[in-house]
Amino acid sequence: MTMFPYGWTHYLAGGLCIGIGVSLLYALTGLVGGMSSVYSSTWSYVVSRPYFQERTLVQSREWRLAYAAGLVAGAAAWWLLFGGGVRVPVRIPWWQLLGGGVLVGYGARLSRGCTSGHGICGMASLNRPSFLAVLTFMAAAFVTANVIVRVGGA
Amino acid sequence: MSTLAVSTGNSTSTPRSVPQLAAALAAGGLFGFGLALSTMIRPSVVLGFLRAQDLGLMLVLGGAVLVTFVTYRWLPRVMKRPLFGQSFGKHSAIMDRQTYFGAAIFGMGWGITGVCPGPAIAGLGAGSLELGYAIAGIALGALLQGLMAKR
Repeated sequence: MTMFPYGWTHYLAGGLCIGIGVSLLYALTGLVGGMSSVYSSTWSYVVSRPYFQERTLVQSREWRLAYAAGLVAGAAAWWLLFGGGVRVPVRIPWWQLLGGGVLVGYGARLSRGCTSGHGICGMASLNRPSFLAVLTFMAAAFVTANVIVRVGGA
Repeated sequence: MSTLAVSTGNSTSTPRSVPQLAAALAAGGLFGFGLALSTMIRPSVVLGFLRAQDLGLMLVLGGAVLVTFVTYRWLPRVMKRPLFGQSFGKHSAIMDRQTYFGAAIFGMGWGITGVCPGPAIAGLGAGSLELGYAIAGIALGALLQGLMAKR
């Protein structure tokens, strides 16, 4: 058994590229850019409840949307230049994506960070709560993904 | 002003400007390119990691953390302020029950879908339109979290 059945260079190169993106944002704007906040900050345009009208969300909603648009554009650039424009189908059923997605959104926002917020920005800042959050979501994800296989799911 | 920005982890007091939005777009572009290159936009690859069949995700996370660690440490020493901003922000995380309870719930969802917030968005750019379901779910979850929050 190999640890990297599909090779390892694209993983490392991709990770470095992600780090350069987060670094560029920091160098140009001083902003710390995780990805889960955009899902709350964008609601601030339409939801008037005080939580969604907090300064941190309202004042960051524009650059967070621009950051998210960049994600789409960057992935599209890779896809057209190097991915051959071939669509890779997602084999997870739609209801599983939707239902699991609710847990992802609820949990990441309650935790105030996800794989990028706690995982990249938090660990790179040597923040102890972020390290523990990463261990927690990794453990929960390992268990869940393996239980799903056991019960015959996708 | 900048005190608040630092304490909240975001340079919220920084006036938004066209260069700043362009910077966020460009930075997001590199982030998205990296997510696609590393195949993290494919749920099957992420689930393969979670099932210990392929440890690639560790290299992705490790590479990203390494570069970001160096930048977060070194840039504030060599630059007075960011090019289009007032001050360098700091990532803040709070050691409380919500952080870990939320992380556990997030992890369950991640294990069910193989999708996390960034790759869900980036995947759209590489034609994986099914990820729209995940985005809808994540947005709904974020809405519920905000509606149930105490303040």
